[in-house]
Parts: sequence; C-alpha cells; structure tokens
Amino acid sequence: MADTLTVRAAWALRSWWLMAGMWTRSTMAYRASFVLMLAASTTVTALDFVVLLLMFQHTEQLGGWSLGELGFLYGTSSFALGMANMLVGSVDALGERIRTGTLDTMLIRPAPALAQVCAERFSLRRVGRPVQAAAILAWSLTRVDVYWTADRVLLLAVLLVSGSVIFGAIFIGFATVQFWWGEAGEFQNSFTYGGATMLQYPPTVFAKELVAGTVFGLPIAFVNWLPALHILGKPDPLGLPVAFRFASPLAALLCVLAAGLAWRAGLRAYRGTGN
Amino acid sequence: MALIELEDVRRDFTIRTRTGRLRREKRVVHAVDGLSFTVGAGECVGYIGPNGAGKSTTIKMLTGILVPTAGRLRVAGVEPARERVGLARRIGVVFGQRTTLWWDLPLRDSYELARRIYRIPPDRYRANLARCVELLDLGALLDTPVRQLSLGQRMRGDLAAALLHDPQVLYLDEPTIGLDVVSKARVREFLREVNRAEGTTVLLTTHDLTDIEQLCGRVMVIDHGRVVYDGSLDGLHTAGCSERTLVVDLAEPRPAITVPGARVVRVEGPRQWLAFPAEQSAAPLVAAVAERYPLVDLSVREPAIEDVIARMYAEVAIG
Repeated sequence: MADTLTVRAAWALRSWWLMAGMWTRSTMAYRASFVLMLAASTTVTALDFVVLLLMFQHTEQLGGWSLGELGFLYGTSSFALGMANMLVGSVDALGERIRTGTLDTMLIRPAPALAQVCAERFSLRRVGRPVQAAAILAWSLTRVDVYWTADRVLLLAVLLVSGSVIFGAIFIGFATVQFWWGEAGEFQNSFTYGGATMLQYPPTVFAKELVAGTVFGLPIAFVNWLPALHILGKPDPLGLPVAFRFASPLAALLCVLAAGLAWRAGLRAYRGTGN
Repeated sequence: MALIELEDVRRDFTIRTRTGRLRREKRVVHAVDGLSFTVGAGECVGYIGPNGAGKSTTIKMLTGILVPTAGRLRVAGVEPARERVGLARRIGVVFGQRTTLWWDLPLRDSYELARRIYRIPPDRYRANLARCVELLDLGALLDTPVRQLSLGQRMRGDLAAALLHDPQVLYLDEPTIGLDVVSKARVREFLREVNRAEGTTVLLTTHDLTDIEQLCGRVMVIDHGRVVYDGSLDGLHTAGCSERTLVVDLAEPRPAITVPGARVVRVEGPRQWLAFPAEQSAAPLVAAVAERYPLVDLSVREPAIEDVIARMYAEVAIG
C-alpha cells in the first residue's frame, strides 16, 4: 500500500470531521433541546468549582497551594478532560455499537472505524466543560504569582494540548476493553473522570505511592501536575528530575501508541484474526 | 470471470458459557463449515437458508468485517479481510433491518456524505444520483428528513446510497423485509435494472421466494454452514418437491372439489386450498377450476423457503 502514515492520519481526521459535522447538524434538528442540554451541562460543571471556592472560605492554602494555583490545576485538568471527551469521548459506547451492529456498518465504510466510533453522536454541547475550564484557568492566571517567561507560556500551551491527547488516549485505550468485555463502559470512567478530579487537587495532598502511580503507571501526572511545577515554581513532592516537568509531549505520544495498539488488538479480536 | 470465490472457507466462533460460579465452558461453533462456491461477474444470486445457517457470517466475511478461520476467499481479486477499506469502495451493502441513512437529516445529506467518504468523482455522483432518483422515484423525498420516510421509502433511499459509488458487487440482506407489495415490486424492478444495465453482481439473502423467482437466475441454499443446494429455483422446487397453493373462493360452500393436477388440502366454507407442484404454471389449473365451478376469487401462495428446505432434507433422508 502506497498510503503513508501521514496520508492515513489525515484521512482519519477528515473522516472524523465529516461524521462529526453530520452529527452536529443532526442535533441542530432539535435546537431547543440542544440549548437546554448545553445550559444544564455548563451549570453542572460550574458547580464543581464552587466546591473548591467554599473550601477556601476556611483555609488559605491546600497542601501548600493557594486558591489561584488550585484554579490553575482545576482549569487545566478540566480543560484537557473536556476536550478529550468532546473529541473522542463517544468511544465509551463501543460495547453498545457492537451489540447493535453499528460497528459493522462502520466497518463497511472506506473510513477508519476508530474515527467513526469517536465521532459517533458527536455533540457540540460537550463544549461546555472546556469553555468553563478555560474561563477558570484565565481567572487563575490573574491570581497566581508567576513571572511569565517565554518557556512558561509555551509550556502552558504544550500542557493543554498534551493533556487533552493523554486523556483522549485513555478514553480510547480503556474503551477497547469492551471488545472483550461488553459492559466495561463504567470501568474507564473511573480513570478518566476519576483521574481528572484527582488532578484538580495538588499532588501534595495525596499519598506518594498514588502520585508515583500517576507518573509511572497511568501517566496522568503529565496532564498538569508535572508541568505546573515548572510554571508555578512549586517543589516536587516526589523529587523527580526536572526533565519530567517538560516531558508531557513524550508521555502523550506513548499514550497514543499504547491506545493505538490496544485498538488494533481489540479490532483484530472482534474480526477474528488469528494470533 | 469469477468475482466472488470461496474455497473451503470456515469460520468458528468460541462461545463461553458460565457453568458454575467461576467455571466457564468454552464451546466452538462452526458458523460456516467448509463453504465453497464462485459467483461470476454480473450474476444475481439468491443466498438462502434458515436462521443461523451462516448467511450473515458469510456476508460479513465477504465484506471483510470478519476474518475466515480457514480457507481461501476472494472478492474482485482481493482478500476482503486484508483489504477491507480498499474493497469497501468497490462493494455496496444494504441491511434490510438497519439503515445507514442519517435519521434526522434530509435524505440528500446522506448522499453528500457518501460522495465525500467514497470520494466519488462529481460527474459520476451527479449521473448516479440522477439515475437512482429517477428509477426509485426519490425526487420528492430528497429534502425530507429520513425519520419521516416510510419503511419502503427508506429502503429505496438505502439502495440508492449503496449504489452511488458504482460498486461491482451489491450485498443485500433481506431487502424486501417488512415492505408492502407495491414497495417490494419497486425494489425488485430496480435491482433487476441495476443488475442488467450496470452488470452489478448481486448477492441477496431473503425469506421471500418471490424475490428469488423474479430476480435470481441462481439460488444457493446454505444450512449448518454448508451449501446444500446450488442451482435454479425450479430445480430447488423439484429437489424439495415443493408445492404452491391455489386458494379459491367458490360461489358457495362445497365438499372438496376435484381438479386434475392438484389436490385439496383444506376446506373452510366456500374457500378451498389446492396444492400443486411449484414448478407447474398456475394458469391451466385456474382454467380447469373456473370451467367446472363458479369462481368468486383466487390467489396463489408461494411455498415458504423453510418448508422447501425441510422437504428437501426429508427427500435426502428417504432417498
């Protein structure tokens, strides 16, 4: 096959784009419902942060981090999760696609099945969470005491992209479990939503073993904890080499590779390719 | 030229059932078990068999969704499972009970998506769409959301969607299921035209023998994952000693009538059921009845595929 990796990736993205566009227009057929759902999801996610604000009515600091710094963690973590959920989150219904046979109809289209599964039931109402997260991040930036050098600005941008990619890979990677075990939809949520909630708090409030697990196990520490240490100038509770604070893109790449291999293995098992 | 080739194709499924609290039992099921046949370019073949005979598994292997456990399989010169995406541009698939159209969008939008996904050249797209719209009478429906279409309209819409990219092979899974008589006739007429004018190879599964009678020069019966009959429909009727039924409404109730070449199998008031060999024409029989008895109404019923196959087995067992 003459198709190079870039050509295939570009085609996958285009397929996703075409399908997501169709779903967007489909949901616009029910405009009132769309507006209500968007309002509801924005309100619910906004309440999330209110909890943090209330906590700071009683304390100045949490684990050595100020309210502004917590806002930074909350904003970055929630933004990454929100973006991943909007772009590929639909993959969590893979088991249902298999049961209803939708996956088969996707496999007979000349477009990558993964792109189609991720775009399935795409809805712009999921933009509520990343928008709310970005607003809180912007607010937190006015509260933190940071001297904004070029490397810090750049690292923030890299963090937002890498973090979204890491969560996206986690969504896909854990969804592939459903190729073997159909009802595993809730299983992955504990890693995505659970992980994102954890990242909203400073690493110093958790046991060291748990934090180490987010570096060397499921590498969600690279979403925001590690780069935040550099941006906000905080000490590392694990005392890891400084390079870890800049390694998010590498972690994201590894996550993508792992998720890609898991998807391949799952699809092969589904189609019955001998091992 | 053979467009579809299967040589001793097998497909196993491993079924795991829980037998105890922790114990699980593995059982291997041969959904397709040593299937061999070829279909030439331009043929229209009926692929029939009881539920669970292996029809869908075959179709899924032919489209490349499923990988065969063993055997050799070629469609249009390629191995489907290996070149699934490439082959997808050259085949069309319609599942009668599952639409690929976009529920909340106008019919036209589904076709526009197909144009982009299948990368159909603009002039081919325009020509094919125009032809489908004309033959399937879709003109008034193009701007209607799919959810507002009737079942028959939606099936016509699905057929068009499967043919816009000029597929060499068209797989149809129960294309007339649930449709009314008029819609069925229209679908069949369209398929006949596509097969004749474009030379598109058609492989269809159905439970309606009329589909096969009107479309397919060849019928394959599959059961327990093997081909048990391959030939003409008439031959199948002969092999299965199948009978059609002439239902006559007489002017008044009578005891069972006597007509040469048929026997009465049921009487209910003025209505009587006459069974006659399926390969025979109904016309002389109708004439014979009308000549002897005052006739109010009549209809001819085709044998059910399940019955034909069941009888065929009975014959094999006796013979």
